[in-house]
Amino acid sequence: MNKLQVLADYFIKYPFVRYAFIVGLLIALCASLLGVTLVLKRFSFIGDGLSHVAFGAMAVAAITGLTNRMAIILPVTMLAAVLLLRTGQNTKIKGDAAIAMISVGALAIGYMLMNLFPSSSNISGDVCSTLFGSVSILTLKSSDVALCVVMAIIVLLTFLLFYHKIFAVTFDESFAQATGIRANTYNLLIAVITAMIIVLAMNLVGSLLISALIIFPALSAMRLFRSFRSVIICSAVISVICAASGIILSILFSTPVGATIVAADMAAFFLFSLIARCKGTHA
Amino acid sequence: MSVQITCKNAALGYENRIVAEKLNFTVSAGDYLCILGENGSGKSTLIKALLGLKPQISGEILCDHQGIGYLPQQTVIQRDFPASVREIVRSGCLGKTGLRPFYTKEEKTLADKMMQQLGIKELEKRCYRDLSGGQQQRVLLARALCAAKNMLLLDEPVTGLDPRAQQELYEQIAALNRAGTTVIMVSHDVTAAVRYASHILQIGKKKQLFFGTTADYRNSKIGQTFLEAGGADLE
Ligand SMILES: Nc1ncnc2c1ncn2[C@@H]1O[C@H](COP(=O)(O)OP(=O)(O)OP(=O)(O)O)[C@@H](O)[C@H]1O
Ligand SMILES: [Mg+2]
Repeated sequence: MNKLQVLADYFIKYPFVRYAFIVGLLIALCASLLGVTLVLKRFSFIGDGLSHVAFGAMAVAAITGLTNRMAIILPVTMLAAVLLLRTGQNTKIKGDAAIAMISVGALAIGYMLMNLFPSSSNISGDVCSTLFGSVSILTLKSSDVALCVVMAIIVLLTFLLFYHKIFAVTFDESFAQATGIRANTYNLLIAVITAMIIVLAMNLVGSLLISALIIFPALSAMRLFRSFRSVIICSAVISVICAASGIILSILFSTPVGATIVAADMAAFFLFSLIARCKGTHA
Repeated sequence: MSVQITCKNAALGYENRIVAEKLNFTVSAGDYLCILGENGSGKSTLIKALLGLKPQISGEILCDHQGIGYLPQQTVIQRDFPASVREIVRSGCLGKTGLRPFYTKEEKTLADKMMQQLGIKELEKRCYRDLSGGQQQRVLLARALCAAKNMLLLDEPVTGLDPRAQQELYEQIAALNRAGTTVIMVSHDVTAAVRYASHILQIGKKKQLFFGTTADYRNSKIGQTFLEAGGADLE
């Protein structure tokens, strides 16, 4: 019971622990909802790809000597996400290849620019922060929390209001369009909210964690469940539970937060695979 | 009767390579048009152009896009997509929902009725990807029927169905047509085409070979050659 006491103390004494908890859970929830669509649209690696775009943008920001780097990084990353996702199923270059192209290209250009215009700034520190989050989840301010709550509400509302359309557009875009659903509008909608969440989460918790949050819950849920709705619900539940237990464990055992959450998600994935294997529902 | 589709001198193709041109025909409300033609003559392309999925290269295609049900020839659905039969069939009703975020009771009943008609009601909780090819075809058909308030566009609907199911499907489509739905069907089955359709459109290498009523088609030279070939096929 000593551990529980420690935990309760943390929550009562330190607001940043509460902030981390709220932000972690909300991002986990949003990422898992979007994750199902992204994984099915073959965009599992979008978090990773966008972090490379952010790196390229950062190099540009560094050589132009801008003080407010986010002013370049945010819009560029958003734009890349929207460009990637907007086109939907009927593209010539499929999702995985498109992401690979954009991310490798941005990385190369960023690296080249850095070498052409060596600036004094600490680029490697910046690269590290795009991977693991610039603020680190334990140093969030209350304004970060507020922003996160607003974004989460937007994502949840969009999902509730357009759930059936999102299903139809993800499942069969041509049919959706033929029957008068504005497939392109919905693709754009999905692209914009995904871009918002990924860019926000990348800044707060890092792109490694956001990639994991997108991929693992969706894949775990798809191991066991066979209808879109059950997969979405299950994925959200897994994600929130894993994020919560990850944060709690990281406080108790003073492990890195992001990595602990990812480990929890991995554990859930193996658990679900095992259950699926035992039930024989998955080949 | 009101004209639902007008196709004036339309040319279709991909990246400026023309597949079919000089297409001229009209479809009125309540018609049953059967589109015939050999592989690669551009039937599926025409259907996509009518739906507005693939803009024509030149010419004019006027089509009312309200309440159209569509059965694609091939649906590329990812192997691992989790979707139950019921979710897919109901998604046919989405064209009518507008911004409403849920299905109404009537829409659910309609989906149930279509599943019943196509004999897939007992599969409704199953996952689409675990079904046989013919069962999948029926699911997509039920979805198209849910969407078809005014018009039904079917691209080779009987592929993969067993003979009895084919027969039943033809009857169902004919019944829908009698109830007022315009039907446009791509088919390789000439015998069924002349039996059920009111109009025939035949396209050949790059051009339109015939458009007219089924009775005219039977009497035309091209129709007779084709029917003989088709009939010989059956024996
Ligand atoms: N996406 C595409 N890009 C380029 N060319 C295409 C594409 N789809 C079809 N074509 C070409 O257009 C022509 C017509 O194709 P279409 O699918 O309309 O034929 P079809 O009449 O439906 O044939 P089938 O009886 O085999 O279904 C073919 O020559 C084909 O090679
Ligand atoms: Mg075809």
